[in-house]
Amino acid sequence: MSLSLLQTALELGLVCSLTTLALFLSYSMLNVCDLSTDGCFTLGAAVGATVAIAGHPLLSIPAAMLAGVCSGFITAFLQTKMGVDSLLAGIIVNTGLYSVNIAVMGGASLLNMNKTATIFTIAKDALEGTPLAGQSKLVVLGAVVALVVALLVLFLKTKLGLSIRATGDNPDMVRSSSISPIFTTTVGLCIANAMTGLSGCLLAQSQKSVNIDIGQGMLTIALASLLIGRTLFGRGGVGLRAVGMVAGSFLFRLVYTIALRLHMPAFMLKLISSVIVTLAIFLPYLKTRLPQWKRRLSHRKEAGVC
Amino acid sequence: MLNISHISKTFNPGTVNEKTVIRDLSLHLAPGDFVTIIGSNGAGKSTLFNAISGDFVPDSGSIVINGHDITFMPAFKRAKHLGRLFQDPMRGSAPHMTIEENLAMAAGRGGWLSHISKADRELFRHKLSLLDMGLENRMKQNVGLLSGGQRQALTLLMATMNPPWLLLLDEHTAALDPGTAEKVLAITKSVVEEHSITTLMVTHNMSQALELGNRTLMMDGGDIVLDVSGEERAHMTVNDLLERFKQGAGKDLDNDRMLLN
Repeated sequence: MSLSLLQTALELGLVCSLTTLALFLSYSMLNVCDLSTDGCFTLGAAVGATVAIAGHPLLSIPAAMLAGVCSGFITAFLQTKMGVDSLLAGIIVNTGLYSVNIAVMGGASLLNMNKTATIFTIAKDALEGTPLAGQSKLVVLGAVVALVVALLVLFLKTKLGLSIRATGDNPDMVRSSSISPIFTTTVGLCIANAMTGLSGCLLAQSQKSVNIDIGQGMLTIALASLLIGRTLFGRGGVGLRAVGMVAGSFLFRLVYTIALRLHMPAFMLKLISSVIVTLAIFLPYLKTRLPQWKRRLSHRKEAGVC
Repeated sequence: MLNISHISKTFNPGTVNEKTVIRDLSLHLAPGDFVTIIGSNGAGKSTLFNAISGDFVPDSGSIVINGHDITFMPAFKRAKHLGRLFQDPMRGSAPHMTIEENLAMAAGRGGWLSHISKADRELFRHKLSLLDMGLENRMKQNVGLLSGGQRQALTLLMATMNPPWLLLLDEHTAALDPGTAEKVLAITKSVVEEHSITTLMVTHNMSQALELGNRTLMMDGGDIVLDVSGEERAHMTVNDLLERFKQGAGKDLDNDRMLLN
């Protein structure tokens, strides 16, 4: 396998790992399947790109995250205060975000950033002449992801973080600890969507363009990565599990890139991600059922002998 | 201490499923009271607890605790002053979090962004050692790995970590094997005595209802039909209690899980 192939997989894996970490918080911890992920990812990309094009590449990062927070807040508000089912809340927000995203992009469905200063071009200029010059993208992404993982793990061990984890595990217990599950769900979804927005912003800036479909299928991709990561490090502590999310995203991208290399047409990739998600859910299930099937087979054999 | 005056609750009013679960119930508890509650199936024992905890707002009447009117206070807010244990040992703790993390949630110390401190850990270790179940050496293990009895003891510890004004025990030993049930009950007694916590305890064990605490209530049809304490209660036998129930409710006590001895 060529080195450039690995590098592409690593870069894309790092970008998407932020969305996987978002799902790690909302899906694994809060037990909320946030279906607004695709739209929020595009929102982060659109806001980040618009701010960068306006000449503020550094500001684009907090702007994209803030946009994610707003989106997460609305999803949370719908399901905690307006009686909307949590899956439906995600779908509603996702649909609404399509219009919002086009509005953010000034009515266009495509923005080009070929000549725009982004955090990647800044890093490239800064690293010029150092041995890392060729890997500036990887350096930026690695640093961002490492920072996010470290902060997230630290956060999950705080009182607020524990309350968020307990909300998905036993909401009754959160209530009896005198903490409102509405509050923890809202905070959790805001933080998760901030990470999704950041993820979208980084993807847009690294590929120097945004189109309105940039986030399509992200939820499935992130879910696949999450399930792979869970299979790898599911039994560890919170820190190890968070690292597992990044490893899962990388592995998923590796499979993806290999598929591309095997001259798989690009339009097949969504199907591949669906198959991977299905396998990632099915294989652990199969593992639990296998002993029973084996037992049944052997029982039949014995019965045949008698 | 606790003042419940004339609360009523009807579910599904105006439909064929209309059911009055609490009927003009009043109850006054003195500070430090340990009250046992017995009653037939569907008498409204758990519903009374639900009303006190704030799972629903009664249709009429008010609930006042230590001078604070909590009738309309959301459940999570009044939980600060209430401790509650259910029959199901799984309900009180989060299975995928460690013992230490569960206790930290219950202790509720520090600001939102504070971590578990060394002092907290020492306190948790000390409290766990009092349970005499070896849990103090398993603080980093997930609660899901504990047995039912261990989880119920842990829940008790969590509910009384910050001594509540009122402790609600809803048949909290009923799902445990006899040996463990006895142990959890002994821990309950010592914790309640230590902090002189006002306690309401539902039980289906008649002799336990007379042995424990200083007052016994019997419920039927959403109201309290018998309230005995003091000298009268001290000389009471299970048979007397059943006879008195019959007088109060106008029928035999009917509970398929009731233990008479």
